[in-house]
Amino acid sequence: MGQKVAMTGNIAVANAMRQINPDVCAAYPITPSTEIMQQFSSFVSDGEVKTVLVPAESEHSAMSACIGAAAAGGRVMTATSSQGLALMWEMLYIAAGNRLPIVLAMANRALSAPINIHGDTSDAMGARDSGWIQLFSENAQEAYDNVIQAIRIAENMEVRLPVMVGMDGFIISHSIESMELLDDQVVRDFIGEYIPNRPLLDVDNPMTYGPLDLQDYYIEHKRQEYEAMKKAKPVILQVAKEFARISGRKYGLFEEYHLDGAEVAIVVLNSAAGTVKTVIDDLRGKGVKAGLLKPRVFRPFPADEIAQALSGVKAVCVMDRADGVNGLSGPLFPEFRSALYDAKQRPLMINKIFGLGGRDLGLQHVRDVFQELLKISETGKIKTLAEYMTVRN
Amino acid sequence: MGITEIRWHARAGQGAVTAAKVLAEAAMAEGGYVQAFPEYGPERMGAPLRAYNRISDAPLTMHCQVTNPNVVIVVDSSLMDTLDVTEGTPEAAVFLVNTTHTPEQIAKKIGRPADKVFTVDATQISIDCLGRPIPNTPLLGALARVTGLVKLETVLKDMKKTLGKKFPEKIIKGNAESVERAYKEVKGK
Amino acid sequence: MSGLKNWKEIPTGGVIEEAGNADNYVTGGWRTYKPVLDEQKCIHCLVCWISCPDTAIEVKDEKMTGFNLKHCKGCGVCADVCPKKVQAITMVQEGK
Repeated sequence: MGQKVAMTGNIAVANAMRQINPDVCAAYPITPSTEIMQQFSSFVSDGEVKTVLVPAESEHSAMSACIGAAAAGGRVMTATSSQGLALMWEMLYIAAGNRLPIVLAMANRALSAPINIHGDTSDAMGARDSGWIQLFSENAQEAYDNVIQAIRIAENMEVRLPVMVGMDGFIISHSIESMELLDDQVVRDFIGEYIPNRPLLDVDNPMTYGPLDLQDYYIEHKRQEYEAMKKAKPVILQVAKEFARISGRKYGLFEEYHLDGAEVAIVVLNSAAGTVKTVIDDLRGKGVKAGLLKPRVFRPFPADEIAQALSGVKAVCVMDRADGVNGLSGPLFPEFRSALYDAKQRPLMINKIFGLGGRDLGLQHVRDVFQELLKISETGKIKTLAEYMTVRN
Repeated sequence: MGITEIRWHARAGQGAVTAAKVLAEAAMAEGGYVQAFPEYGPERMGAPLRAYNRISDAPLTMHCQVTNPNVVIVVDSSLMDTLDVTEGTPEAAVFLVNTTHTPEQIAKKIGRPADKVFTVDATQISIDCLGRPIPNTPLLGALARVTGLVKLETVLKDMKKTLGKKFPEKIIKGNAESVERAYKEVKGK
Repeated sequence: MSGLKNWKEIPTGGVIEEAGNADNYVTGGWRTYKPVLDEQKCIHCLVCWISCPDTAIEVKDEKMTGFNLKHCKGCGVCADVCPKKVQAITMVQEGK
């Protein structure tokens, strides 16, 4: 069936794009996602895809070109990171508001200043309210799988929202790992033919994109977007189910690792979740009931499912590889804590901001967090609600 | 077998990243689970860099840095004058050094038992076989011999696959020859 | 806001499916002054036709024939651009 390979996250994503063979890719290079488009442009030059590659003069232009191409009726993809995503910011909202199913691969990287090229999720968190569906990936395999599924999710007629797929910059984007590529034909059959919704190039049915929308209709259009985001949840699960059939790999809204019956648990995105799993394996061997909830889908936010999964856990640490700079916590914490407000058995919850700018999260760091959680579980007392870790104090 | 963690010490431009990649692919071809990742910083040709491998018989989930490697490969022995290649290593760690010196001399220099140190003159081998000092590939041959992590044949096969995409037959042949020579010539134990 | 559709009834993404439906938007009601043409003076140079922001100058067979008062906002650009020696358009207050 598939092919076992050792690949970096970037090359894996570029291969997903090759198999998807989008109509248009408009992009501007930025570390650590540069390699995605670099490799993909080789596929274009070698004639392996029929994609029209548009090297834009900035990320703002790249996303603008993506929007134009998607409105015209094309299947459109791009890739970026960090400042690039930040520069796309106003266009992200337009892609979502115009309901264009663009798929963006994102090698998550810290935001300036100070300038830093390494992995954290500050960039993605800045785009979390833009109307894009957000999927996150622990490793190269998940990044590849998520990009393929993203096409189906975005293009679902009930959804028609753009999707961004994150993976940690360098830690995943530039690390070679064992993974499996699906056969080209299997991917092509899975994604199917693209059917554009109201394409501008349908000259027999001319229509207007992007008109002024004031008090009389703007909120109706936003209500539609809200509905699409709600509908995305069952669609994501349905697509995952079908993807499991071609790949044997199961995906949900989040991954639960030894969470059933766990006394203490960590919530963390992306590659750090893998490191947490290693520690959990070790702790479980010693009889400690430790578990993990790794969000895969952050937008839409699956609050009910999260509440159900974490209800009954005694103490939970939400770990943020980004700071909301609200003077309290990282951006995941308030959302997860709020999701548990109505839970039957509400856990005690703390927040750690860690690993900013690619600072390593080692096994001992994770052990320390579990130790703290066990103490909270035992005493019922929280010492510090939210704080930085992996930082020199 | 558990997890073997490897740290490469080299200078940018010496091919350590490629070597880590070939090693990962070879180990994967033998059914292992692998990771290969360089430490990215402001590298320029000649600047010291580190690259890492993890090789395991079970799926690897951890994505933290390698801080306590079981195997250390020193691609450029002049680095040993400015940095501590034993940093974080357990007592049982194995060192493979590209040098003209003997294992005993290197062991004394780094303060480790001589039976844990292996040496090979990979630079000379690469000059002989390739006409250029690119010690990364011969070191893979030596590593195969010293650790048994991968078989010599697998390294040769995978190297041909990796280099075959970029280089002509002559260079691939030279590389293969250098791997075989280092496999035979590595000293220690 | 009666007569407006709810969120389930309208096309997604703010797209307007009906091409050229700006025609339904009657801007003629915005006028205080309306243009009046003196057919004797008009030399059919069509400078008013080029300049009108509402494409409200009506032309047939390359001749200026009058104004589309459904859309003319009464801005007076047509009267202003009409050549000084011609002055075929005058702005007259509505209701007079």
